[in-house]
Amino acid sequence: MREIGAEMERELVIIGGGPAGLAAAAAAVENGVAAEDILILEREPELGGILLQCIHNGFGIHRFGEELSGPEYAARFAKKVAELGIPSLLSTMVLTLHRMEDGRKEITAVSSAHGLIRLKARAVVLAMGCRERGRGALNIPGTRPAGIYTAGAAQKFVNIKGFMPGRKVVILGSGDIGLIMARRMTLEGAKVEVVAELMPYSGGLSRNIQQCLRDFDIPLLLSHTITQIHGKERVTGVTISQVDEKRRPILGTEQYFACDTVLLSCGLIPENELTRQAGIPLDPVTGGAVVGENRETEMPGVFAAGNVLHVHDLVDFVSAEAELAGAGAARWLAEGDHAGVKLAVRPQGVIRYVVPQTVSLPADEDVRLFFRVGEVVEKAAVIVECGEKVLYKGMRPKLLPGEMESVTLKAETLSGLDSGQLTVRLEKR
Amino acid sequence: MSETIRELTCIVCPIGCTLKVTMDDGKFVSVTGNTCPRGAKYAETEMTAPRRVLTSTVKVSGGHLPLCPVRTKGDIPKELLFEAMRAVNAVSIPAPVSIGQVVIEDLCGTGVPLIATRDIHSV
Ligand SMILES: Cc1cc2nc3c(=O)[nH]c(=O)nc-3n(C[C@H](O)[C@H](O)[C@H](O)COP(=O)(O)OP(=O)(O)OC[C@H]3O[C@@H](n4cnc5c(N)ncnc54)[C@H](O)[C@@H]3O)c2cc1C
Ligand code: SF4
Repeated sequence: MREIGAEMERELVIIGGGPAGLAAAAAAVENGVAAEDILILEREPELGGILLQCIHNGFGIHRFGEELSGPEYAARFAKKVAELGIPSLLSTMVLTLHRMEDGRKEITAVSSAHGLIRLKARAVVLAMGCRERGRGALNIPGTRPAGIYTAGAAQKFVNIKGFMPGRKVVILGSGDIGLIMARRMTLEGAKVEVVAELMPYSGGLSRNIQQCLRDFDIPLLLSHTITQIHGKERVTGVTISQVDEKRRPILGTEQYFACDTVLLSCGLIPENELTRQAGIPLDPVTGGAVVGENRETEMPGVFAAGNVLHVHDLVDFVSAEAELAGAGAARWLAEGDHAGVKLAVRPQGVIRYVVPQTVSLPADEDVRLFFRVGEVVEKAAVIVECGEKVLYKGMRPKLLPGEMESVTLKAETLSGLDSGQLTVRLEKR
Repeated sequence: MSETIRELTCIVCPIGCTLKVTMDDGKFVSVTGNTCPRGAKYAETEMTAPRRVLTSTVKVSGGHLPLCPVRTKGDIPKELLFEAMRAVNAVSIPAPVSIGQVVIEDLCGTGVPLIATRDIHSV
């Protein structure tokens, strides 16, 4: 590698060194790309991504059959990447990505060690993860006192820096990070007064409702939101109101909770500024790129995986998806574009989105479709069709918006198809 | 006979099955709703002597980070969580720390060790 103000060239560049980036890199090598032809670019001073601050257990049950903590899960992949000899540049933030006339991609980045870096790559994997929706995106009325943090920011304070943001806490939103922080702060001696959730269901995993809230008798108010924040310098309390089915606060239901800290856990947004700026089409529902079954975006040779593509609840699925992207990139580098036809995959009814959004045929492997529902549905059949032909039908006892679902389409089932589109819908019992 | 039915969320894996447990006079009778045998085992323990894995951090001196994340190597009785937290917050270990290293050999007499869950190098 050349130094300072460096110009570099690589077959494959991976943007983001979280679990998605690491798994994609390893899969690319396992599928024939030479390790030294790859470069991982990571903004933080070490590899591992958001998992480094997720010190709780629950990672890797599908993958390793063990309950690991976030740092342990990340370490397994970082170790694999090191053993394979895949180079990375840390403390390096990618600023721009664009496709050059010859089809290669040009990336600019800044790093503490090299200054401005210009990199040319034939293929790219986007693995930038996601960020939390902050107060700006939520529009809560009231003053602007200190003491209001996203749950992830609080997680970083407590778990990495070692200081508690407050002692009396109200949490808005029941996403997993908020639930995990409710338990964490309770164990560290804080009092979590209440978790208020706008929707009539929780956005987090059921197990986290149990082990993070019920275990500590923390009340969860569904269909409730913060309607006022009180306090001048520091937050002193919040008013919480019930909302109707249109999510409008109901007058007369106001309750006051004194607190010195408010944590926001109101959803995650894929980090796609680079993607957007590169002109890669995004799916308005997922907030991530439109991809095929190998996670290739609509820009040939650019792949995406992990939370940058759609928000996952389980890192195991992030790793599996990133392996598809890494293998896809390796294959694209060796063979070029996929000949054949591309069918669109469309969600219907209460199914909000499906990833991948397209499937290339003929398929030589099974294709797994991931989707989320927009409301709680009990006892329903998931049906995948292409025109009149039913490709898959399977019962689900219960589908929750907070939990990602999937169906696997066998390669044989897809073999006869060459036109039309795939639709995914639910049929209530 | 005083059979009662309790609903539980299995926390053994992220699927989070809803379990219906039948109890008789405080004794475990049967469970339905579990997708796998681990759920049945969980239901029985949960109704009689619930256990949890504890994760937290301990102070580190001379390391590249001020804290090292830790977890119990297995589950411990749920009622000991706060007592265990006091023990965890009382320790400080010197860097370097390696992943898997035992930080406390027997946490609060549970027989379960507390282990480090990442590497911390010295500076
Ligand atoms: C609080 C919380 C709790 C969770 N709990 C669980 C759980 O219990 N079990 C479970 O299985 N999963 C859990 N998850 C999910 C899991 O952590 C994520 O799905 C996983 O970390 C996503 O991996 P990723 O690589 O896509 O993104 P990330 O881990 O976010 O990694 C993205 C990386 O890209 C880097 N990056 C971004 N932009 C740039 C740029 N422009 N230039 C260079 N680098 C860049 C970032 O610094 C980061 O390191 C949890 C997540 C959170 C946040
Ligand atoms: S019963 Fe089995 S499958 Fe269901 S949540 Fe428990 S461990 Fe997971």
